[in-house]
Amino acid sequence: MSSTNNPAVTEQPRSRFQRIWDSDIFFSFRRSPITIVAALVTLVLILSALFAPWIAPYDPFNPASLNLMDGFTPPNSESMMGNYFLLGSDHQGRDVLSTILYGSRISLFVGISATLFAMAMGISLGLLAGYRGGTIDAVIMRVADIQLSFPAILIALLIFGIARGIIPPSQQENMAVWVLIIAIGLSNWAQFARTVRGATMVERQKDYVSAAKLIGVHPLRILIRHVLPNVLAPVLVIGTIGLALAIIEEATLSFLGVGVPPTQPSLGTLIRIGQQFLFSGEWWILFFPAMTLILLALAVNLLGDWLRDALNPRLR
Amino acid sequence: MSEPIISVRNLVVEFPLRRGLFTAVDDVSFDIMPGEILGVVGESGAGKSMTGAAIIGLIEPPGHIASGEIYLKGKRIDNLPPEEMSRLRGKWIGMVFQDPLTSLNPLYTVGQQLIETIRRHLPMNEAQARQRAIDLLDEAGIPTPESRIDSYPHQFSGGMRQRVVIALALAAEPELIIADEPTSALDVSVQAQIIKVLKKLCESRGAAVMLVTHDMGVIAETATRMIVMNKGKIVETGSVGDIIKRPKEDYTIKLIEAIPSIKDETRRHEAPPTSTLLVEVKNLTRDFDLSPGFFDRLLKGAKRNVVKAVQNVSFDIRKGSTFGLVGESGSGKSTCARMLVGLIKPTSGQVLLEGQDIAAGLTQERRQKVQMIFQDPYASLNPRWRVADIIAEPMHALKLVSNRREAEDRVADLLRRVRLDPVSMRKYPHEFSGGQRQRIAIARALSSQPEFIVCDEPTSALDVSVQAQVLDLMRDLQDEFGLTYLLISHNLAVVRQMADDVGVMHSGVLVERGPVDAIFDDPQAEYTRMLLNAVPDISKVE
Repeated sequence: MSSTNNPAVTEQPRSRFQRIWDSDIFFSFRRSPITIVAALVTLVLILSALFAPWIAPYDPFNPASLNLMDGFTPPNSESMMGNYFLLGSDHQGRDVLSTILYGSRISLFVGISATLFAMAMGISLGLLAGYRGGTIDAVIMRVADIQLSFPAILIALLIFGIARGIIPPSQQENMAVWVLIIAIGLSNWAQFARTVRGATMVERQKDYVSAAKLIGVHPLRILIRHVLPNVLAPVLVIGTIGLALAIIEEATLSFLGVGVPPTQPSLGTLIRIGQQFLFSGEWWILFFPAMTLILLALAVNLLGDWLRDALNPRLR
Repeated sequence: MSEPIISVRNLVVEFPLRRGLFTAVDDVSFDIMPGEILGVVGESGAGKSMTGAAIIGLIEPPGHIASGEIYLKGKRIDNLPPEEMSRLRGKWIGMVFQDPLTSLNPLYTVGQQLIETIRRHLPMNEAQARQRAIDLLDEAGIPTPESRIDSYPHQFSGGMRQRVVIALALAAEPELIIADEPTSALDVSVQAQIIKVLKKLCESRGAAVMLVTHDMGVIAETATRMIVMNKGKIVETGSVGDIIKRPKEDYTIKLIEAIPSIKDETRRHEAPPTSTLLVEVKNLTRDFDLSPGFFDRLLKGAKRNVVKAVQNVSFDIRKGSTFGLVGESGSGKSTCARMLVGLIKPTSGQVLLEGQDIAAGLTQERRQKVQMIFQDPYASLNPRWRVADIIAEPMHALKLVSNRREAEDRVADLLRRVRLDPVSMRKYPHEFSGGQRQRIAIARALSSQPEFIVCDEPTSALDVSVQAQVLDLMRDLQDEFGLTYLLISHNLAVVRQMADDVGVMHSGVLVERGPVDAIFDDPQAEYTRMLLNAVPDISKVE
């Protein structure tokens, strides 16, 4: 062994892009066609939602541009007024494609915000519970257990109901999206807290934490700078799968009529509107928003599945 | 001359990996005669375990035997279909693995596992098989086997469990036993007993043994002939005495030189310790309360359960000296170390650093003076941090530097001092080998310019040649900076090489302490004598 005198570094540092391209995670990504398709679908849906105002053929939320004479136009045809609708139009003469683009914008915004909110809450409480242990741990985890024993949708409904009672009626339309985000977020934090707590309990035993304690690093700094980066991998996985769940949860709440108002419909609201016309033959009003929701949830879920496998060293 | 039990010819094992073909075993040939113990020694990654796995046909895919032949009593076995191979295993070839905890099924009693193995391979009924199981346990040195046979694995201690594994391996009277690091997870005193059992059983049954280990001492005690492996290839083959006393190849010479011996008195650090005391440990005691909760005690009448991890331990460390603390697992030496640096508060007793009590609240100054090096270099460095940040953390936390530039210069200097390239500060810990990581850990410990460093098993996770380098480095740094070490180790030879004074711990009590040569050459305590006798040491070979 000659490493006493030989410096450790001999190879040329590769560029950042090359390193990422060569990394094990990206390798497993390249080898899985389903994941690539799922990633593409997610990317297209997110981009089209993001740029909806520029790519949507009509503005479905501008009442001035709507014409009831355009109503119930089947897909890929022109209305009496001579307007073309690729995916048809609904009872108010709104272009279904445009409502989907604008609707998935709201669905994604609510889903992502709610997941981030649940993540932030779950991670902080999980870190605290795992690192401190004892009574704090017991209290936090019992609350999480109680919450997990209810269906998430029930908790979201409950929080939504309470918010309805607190917020004055004039504000309710504007606050609806934020209430939805908090309701979905609060009903999903327990998963994150559990995972982070378990990982934290493992990490805090490791010697790098002892080394930091030894030199008097503040516990909060140990938690954020040392422990947090090492417990994030599983959080990323349940975060992705949680995103799909949050999007579906939002759709369910909106479908039940307690979500965003019909003037600013999300995918769930669109499905609720569409199901009124399902049996009268105007299937497209329901079908296309529903397919978009399925596609979005499936693609995000597949990404989450892949991430879980790629980050699990046992399956590598 | 009789026919060899096993004969391996030009064996090549390959692993097709993403980044190319990895040859784990490269053109290996050897024979083992009946009744012979062949030692296979090498550092991690030498391909020694893989050779054993190839013989019993248990190579993990995608690894496979690329070429070569394996003969068991003249019959070729490397190309047998899996079903036939599994019949061979157990009947003809027995295996003893490193970890006795995982090689037994925790859900079945020891007897059930033995009887199942016996009846699969030998034509016996339940009662006969049971009698045979009892005989086997008896032979393996388990006291009162009639009553222990119906116990579950967790009811045995580590050493007893390994005896059961040996009994299991011998159950079907195999011709060949492959023992892969059979004693590496055990304490020295238990290791000595297991070696004795293994040796005795092989002599009485005439079975051939392939003993795979990284510990040259174990081979010196056990084997008759040995193979030295490095990077998949056989470096040297010969009798144990020849190789240890008169190694021919460069690699073997270096390897033997790197192995510390309990008889070795040289290589101590140069600067003599001063007579002033730096650390005084006074009547240190630590109890761990493992009692059930208050309500359980109240309602179910559960008893209090207090483990006395450290009892009334006192010693002094002279400035500039190395104090070695030795003992087997569970003797309380790591608990002692953690109390000395202030990570655990003592139940009673004091640790004085330059006359000031450490536990009375760690001030900035004392934090800076005391540092620690941990056992596992894989767990002691945060995998998400760059080396530069890891080493600089003590400087930032203790505000020893004013800006990033200054910190970076200091890190570069420290890396040079632990013989690493300063460029490596941009890398992450996983890009380094175990020895290099331990150097980084040492650099971190040095970064606050400490006076006293507690080293908790600093080299036990490392290969011998790397261990020698790290110990050399520690010695050089001691002379350079006038450091004082507390060296904790289960390895007596390492302590003999490094320490000026030694303390021996047993079940939480310091049984003996004194100058290193006095303790090793003329031990007073019964336990120390037993420990020194049990150590397998290369100096014991004739």
